[in-house]
Amino acid sequence: MPLLRVQDLRTRFHIPEGTVHAVNGISFDLQECETLALVGESGCGKSVSMLSILQLIPQPPGDIYGGTATYAGLELLGLPESDLEQIRGAEISMIFQEPMTALNPVLTVGRQITESLLTHTAMSRREARDRAAALLEGVGIPDAVRRLRCYPHEFSGGQRQRVMIAMALACDPKVLIADEPTTALDVTIQAQIIELMAALRERTGMAIIWITHDLGVVAGLAQRVIVMYAGFIVEEAPVEDLYADPRHPYTRALLAALPRVDRTRRERLKSIPGAPPNLLVEPQGCPFARRCELVVERCWAENPVLTAVGPNHRAACWIDVITGVPR
Amino acid sequence: MAETILPPPADTVDELESPPLTLRQLTWRRFRRHKMALFGVAMLILLILYSFGGALFVSEEYANRTDTPHIRNAPSIEHPFGTDNTGRDVLARTIYGGQISLLIGLTAMVVETIVGVLIGAIAGYFGGIVDSVLMRFTEAMFNVPQLLWLLVMAKFFAGKIPNLTLLGRTFSGSVVVIVLIIGLTSWMYLARIVRAQFLSLKEHEFVLAARAIGTPRWQIIFQHVLPNTVAPIVVSATLGVANAITSEAYISFLGLGVQAPTATWGNILERANNYIEEAPWLWFFPGMLIVLTVLSINFVGDGLRDALDPRSRAA
Amino acid sequence: MVRYVVRRLLQAIPLLLIISILVFVLMMNAGDPLATLGGRRVTRPADRQRLARQLGLDQPLAMQYLYWLVGNDWTTFDLDLDGVPETAGKRHGVLRGDFGNSLIEKRPVTEVIADRLPNTLILMGAYEVVVIAGALAIGVYSALRQYSVMDHIITTLSFVGYSMPIFLVALLTMYLFAVNFKLWGLPYLPTVGMFEPAAGRTVAQVAWHMVLPVTSLAVISLSGYSRYIRSTMLEVLSQDYVRTARSKGLPRRVVIFVHALKNASLTLVTIVGLDIPSLLAGAVVTERIFAWPGMGRLFLDSLELSDTTVVMGMLMMISVAVIVFQIITDVVYAWLDPRIRYA
Repeated sequence: MPLLRVQDLRTRFHIPEGTVHAVNGISFDLQECETLALVGESGCGKSVSMLSILQLIPQPPGDIYGGTATYAGLELLGLPESDLEQIRGAEISMIFQEPMTALNPVLTVGRQITESLLTHTAMSRREARDRAAALLEGVGIPDAVRRLRCYPHEFSGGQRQRVMIAMALACDPKVLIADEPTTALDVTIQAQIIELMAALRERTGMAIIWITHDLGVVAGLAQRVIVMYAGFIVEEAPVEDLYADPRHPYTRALLAALPRVDRTRRERLKSIPGAPPNLLVEPQGCPFARRCELVVERCWAENPVLTAVGPNHRAACWIDVITGVPR
Repeated sequence: MAETILPPPADTVDELESPPLTLRQLTWRRFRRHKMALFGVAMLILLILYSFGGALFVSEEYANRTDTPHIRNAPSIEHPFGTDNTGRDVLARTIYGGQISLLIGLTAMVVETIVGVLIGAIAGYFGGIVDSVLMRFTEAMFNVPQLLWLLVMAKFFAGKIPNLTLLGRTFSGSVVVIVLIIGLTSWMYLARIVRAQFLSLKEHEFVLAARAIGTPRWQIIFQHVLPNTVAPIVVSATLGVANAITSEAYISFLGLGVQAPTATWGNILERANNYIEEAPWLWFFPGMLIVLTVLSINFVGDGLRDALDPRSRAA
Repeated sequence: MVRYVVRRLLQAIPLLLIISILVFVLMMNAGDPLATLGGRRVTRPADRQRLARQLGLDQPLAMQYLYWLVGNDWTTFDLDLDGVPETAGKRHGVLRGDFGNSLIEKRPVTEVIADRLPNTLILMGAYEVVVIAGALAIGVYSALRQYSVMDHIITTLSFVGYSMPIFLVALLTMYLFAVNFKLWGLPYLPTVGMFEPAAGRTVAQVAWHMVLPVTSLAVISLSGYSRYIRSTMLEVLSQDYVRTARSKGLPRRVVIFVHALKNASLTLVTIVGLDIPSLLAGAVVTERIFAWPGMGRLFLDSLELSDTTVVMGMLMMISVAVIVFQIITDVVYAWLDPRIRYA
């Protein structure tokens, strides 16, 4: 049985200008100890869908209006807040993109780690503090005991992200959702954090959902990849298959747009023409239609469903991208 | 491999329908959505009609006519708001008092806006020692509560300015005094805001460009930088009217404001606490009028603030 | 930190100088100190001149200012008009703490003010407690129940309360709780003074007499500050770190009162600290209405009776108090915000 099963999740936002259709029915499974990458451009709904699972979306104006999200058999959507509080942090943890704003500036780092422990476990204050120091050391922050008493602004950007990771792992969650944790960091720091995550994953065996818009990051860490566009899942595959044999025009375009070291210098960088669709408009037909090279009439009328195109590999397209012929 | 790209069928909705609006249209739209602000505008129109339209039904002479046998009469058909300490009709006095109070509010605001903008602009634009001196002065004024300045200045000017005759009506000299002193003690906040805006805007490129082609400094200040600071000035001016009306009420209540026979909402209330039991109408009616006016102005000011800069949400 | 305080104090000196000059020029030309001092006895020109010489009022304004500031006990005056200065001045000057004597009470100004100061402090203390506790409670409640009916009611009431002049609040509360309660046979609140002369100055008496004045003072500030707290809380609640706190599964109570409130209350410190000037102003009106024997009433009475030394002394002291409070506020804020404290 999958650890986390999401089915037909739908989230929208009610704003004065209308309704933003952020997540339009996505379904996926997460197995134990699996690392899943959730890829897509800004605004495609990847963060919103994960926040919806944990119900961290303010409602109003948010509105999680459809679908289910089951964790170890327990239905999360609609769960009362007090029950959700027991899941968050203890079973499913989340780390965020901007470590500077995601940490409370007026509380010490130690306090922010120990409060998680004190809430979810029966540890004493002293035990919690010791564990917090161990966690900080585990994420590569030296002089951990003294640093517990420091405030977030006394750490560098990369260190703050490590602190967040320590905080998230404090209670040994089974699932870690990482929402673009390295996007705001330097490339070298990025590499360090990714290494750290890999090491932690080895040690703890937790499942990770890694949200990113950077395909380069994905390759190093993930076992499976889900590609999202305009609130829909358009492709889902094991990581090697996705890179070797993408089956959705969007994925192919994304991969083609990656600058590569081995290409000749004469080629222009390929970009995807057009812009993502306006989420205020009710989606009709395939969301990628107006930017797609292979578009046919059917694409405008019907939104393609995810169909199997290989072992564990699904894509949502009416055309077989290899042959160019509609299925 | 790839087919020719088909254009989308005619009925697909694509971009947001409405064309881009101008800044003024956007601002008006945001203001319109602010229901309380609209209520405030409606209320203000009513109050202006009351004070200026009401004057068509009662003469100023009647408002100032004392009637000793009938002092502090309760509201009746003849005197719907009762009579005051010298037998004058309170309703009539609130009508003419309204004119003075509203006018004081407006003119004091003009004085304080001019002073505040000038000082802020000069300090902000020229910087250096000019800025230091002006800001020391501003802070010094700030450090004493406005009411205390007003009281001291009112005492200073007492009896020194003669009555004015304008448009066939006589105004007590104290009206001019009040306008002046309120204006001269309320400009500091605006000066600070304008100065801050100037300090930041003067480094922007459009100012450098204007200087590069030799635009004279005064022109830069008034035609280039100042229009960009309009939003906080407008909001501050609006709220300044409310503050001026309130200030006038305070000092008139304490007896140092506008003197009889000219009526203001504030001076009808003078010493009203001594007659709180016997004559509550003395403070109730003018008090309510003051509250309604100030409330409406606050609503409008709030709406303006949201409309002109939606980032600075108040509540 | 010490350097910062010292720097602020030094910066305050030119401010106080400017204020003192303004105050002096205004007060010296307002009203007639001779009339105040002498009462009805000073009608003959010769007497007036003698009194003027004794008070030093025949000196040029700039010299008068100098003597007021630094005293005149270091120089002598010619009081008997024989061309030879023989009488030494007796004043030490403001800079040495001598504000002169009250023209009316013939006592040192500092004494006169010191008599009234505690009474105003009592009022201010109670006011601060009510306003801080009330603004936090109402503001947080409104923020948590945003868009609810209660929130809209509170917002509207806040607007109204904020728009009312103090004397109107005072009169309304007086009318309701004193006059009408009395009429309706309910226990009513007193409206005059600090205590019943018969009962003496007990804690109970003062507390009971304090209710109406403090309420009048507090209503306006409460309206304004609760709205401010509400908007600050709303802003804080939308911050990333609140989302992080929730994602850790912390109980709602902890998220609101520890994570959110700690950040929101920083700004409260600043407002409260800078509220002191308006508090003093409000006290003037309130103390007059309720006949509370405090500094505000002293100021008004002295101004009306042209007791210039008292007025000038009070204005200087108030300016100093305002500046000191500004510095204290900055220091407290810096101490509370770890980003500044450990910068």
